[in-house]
Amino acid sequence: MTGPNNQEKIKIGWFTFSCCEDNLIVMTEVMNDHWQDWKKLFDFRHVRVLKSHNILDELDIAFVEGALASPEQEAKVKDIRARSKKLVAVGACAVVGLPAGQRNYFTPEQKANIDFLLTRFDALPAVKKVADVVSVDGEIPGCPMTPEDFLTKVNALVAELRPAV
Amino acid sequence: MHTFDLSMEHITKVEGSAALNLRVVDGRVKEVHFALTEYKRFFTEALKGKSLAAIPPHLARICGTCSNAHIMASIEACEKALGIVPTSQTKLLRALTMHGLMIRDHALHLYLFSLPDIFGKDAFLDLDENDSIEHQLLHDGFDTKSAGNFLATLVAGRSVHATYPVIGGYLKFPDPAGVAEAIEKLQAIRPAVRRLVEIFKNAPFHFDRQTKYMALVPDNNYGYLEGKIMTSAGESYDESQFRAHLEHVVLPYSQASAYTYEGEGYMVGALARLNLAKDKLHPKTKESLAAVLKLFPATDIYLNNVAQAVEILHAVDESIEILSNQMFSPEPVIKAEVKESVGVGVIEAPRGTLYHKLVIGADGQVKEGEVVVPTGQNQINIERDIARLVQELVDQNTAQEKIAPEIEKLIRAYDPCMSCGSHFLKVNWE
Repeated sequence: MTGPNNQEKIKIGWFTFSCCEDNLIVMTEVMNDHWQDWKKLFDFRHVRVLKSHNILDELDIAFVEGALASPEQEAKVKDIRARSKKLVAVGACAVVGLPAGQRNYFTPEQKANIDFLLTRFDALPAVKKVADVVSVDGEIPGCPMTPEDFLTKVNALVAELRPAV
Repeated sequence: MHTFDLSMEHITKVEGSAALNLRVVDGRVKEVHFALTEYKRFFTEALKGKSLAAIPPHLARICGTCSNAHIMASIEACEKALGIVPTSQTKLLRALTMHGLMIRDHALHLYLFSLPDIFGKDAFLDLDENDSIEHQLLHDGFDTKSAGNFLATLVAGRSVHATYPVIGGYLKFPDPAGVAEAIEKLQAIRPAVRRLVEIFKNAPFHFDRQTKYMALVPDNNYGYLEGKIMTSAGESYDESQFRAHLEHVVLPYSQASAYTYEGEGYMVGALARLNLAKDKLHPKTKESLAAVLKLFPATDIYLNNVAQAVEILHAVDESIEILSNQMFSPEPVIKAEVKESVGVGVIEAPRGTLYHKLVIGADGQVKEGEVVVPTGQNQINIERDIARLVQELVDQNTAQEKIAPEIEKLIRAYDPCMSCGSHFLKVNWE
């Protein structure tokens, strides 16, 4: 395939909040079969698992995995939202807030056991899913997401953002 | 004289989220805090009241990349509690599950995280496709990861959060066509893995570190699921005694639990395993890597990368042997009556010894649990090594902007996993 030049590449960000990063691992496995196309299509602008020099300016697509567990994470996802044309929540923790937010459903006794840690690290009283804090343009559920669902969403976004490619 | 504070908010090309804060005053390193910054998700608190069957998939969600290792450790803990003895076929399927994990996970670390440091690149994808060596490595990296992913998917259903392995056996079994394809893929990557071993053997990075090494070592082979806990000082313990020798250390700035062994830092992981058990590697691996294996036992932390590459080749060779000689057939999952009991599972995850303990009530529900992960065990040494590295760099008048990349490189050699490290509430056992 013929790819766009550098200026036209789709700017990608991948951001991880409170989760096990299973979707990130699935993404790196999907990459096994698609890395040559993705190198031509995508500018991996802020993907910490792939590179050291990450730039957070304007993004075409921000993939957000994980639930939000602290005011700092809420502020961060709002900043990402403001910089991104499309924001896609990936995986169960981002889409429904679980299992990362399992403490929301603890018994009073269980909550008493963990309270000192929530205080020590300035955690939110309740963990939130991404859509609780910012608007999302798409969701890929699953624990983890399936490679097929991810590819379908990615291809749809490419078709929308770069119809000529 | 150097006086500065260095704050690295995010360590890159590692699993999960970590930060580093250090202080240098008048040319002396005064403070190093290597903090795991992932927010706790309280898995050990959340397992209270769950039924036993729910525990392996529950604890798998501690970590995406290590998920299948957590499944193996928790299945072992559950089976020990229930008195279940797995069949020989189940043991082989579990060995293959671990090999798929080792190939996929080590390859991710070596190619995508560490290789760019050797080539002076920011990212693995920045390797030059027009350069014959770098072009080859790009294809090697993704082909190797892909073969591990295929093996894990064939045997365990998924390479992340596997669906086939359960307490008492497996729910599905590899089909002949899948087995043949797996053998073909594994044979195809063998030359790539040998190239990988050579590259990391010849890498110009070294950090000598005298410490105690610890791993679970099987009696008769190089494996990850059975055996005794052994140390480089010659000590040997049963799995059930492992935890008794560790002390929990609270680092108030970190979300993770750290551990010492009889008061001292120690190291777990591929380097520890190879130091303690290189003679047990697959014969074909030993034959192919005879010169490389003379480097071990070693105290150079960067040889952890070489040890991981060696383990990929061992996984390839042993998997091909098992898949070529074993006919897999459906067999029922072994069931057992629940009873009040305690089960301990100790395995070798890619990054080192992983410990799951479950206390089960007469109703079959879990009353309490504890998980000790590899990165927590290496954290004390990582912190001390960063302090030594920075002191050496300051003594050499190294420019400040060159210090942070050197720290990241050393941290990567340990291959820490912050997803695993940060999600536990310490339990005080009576």
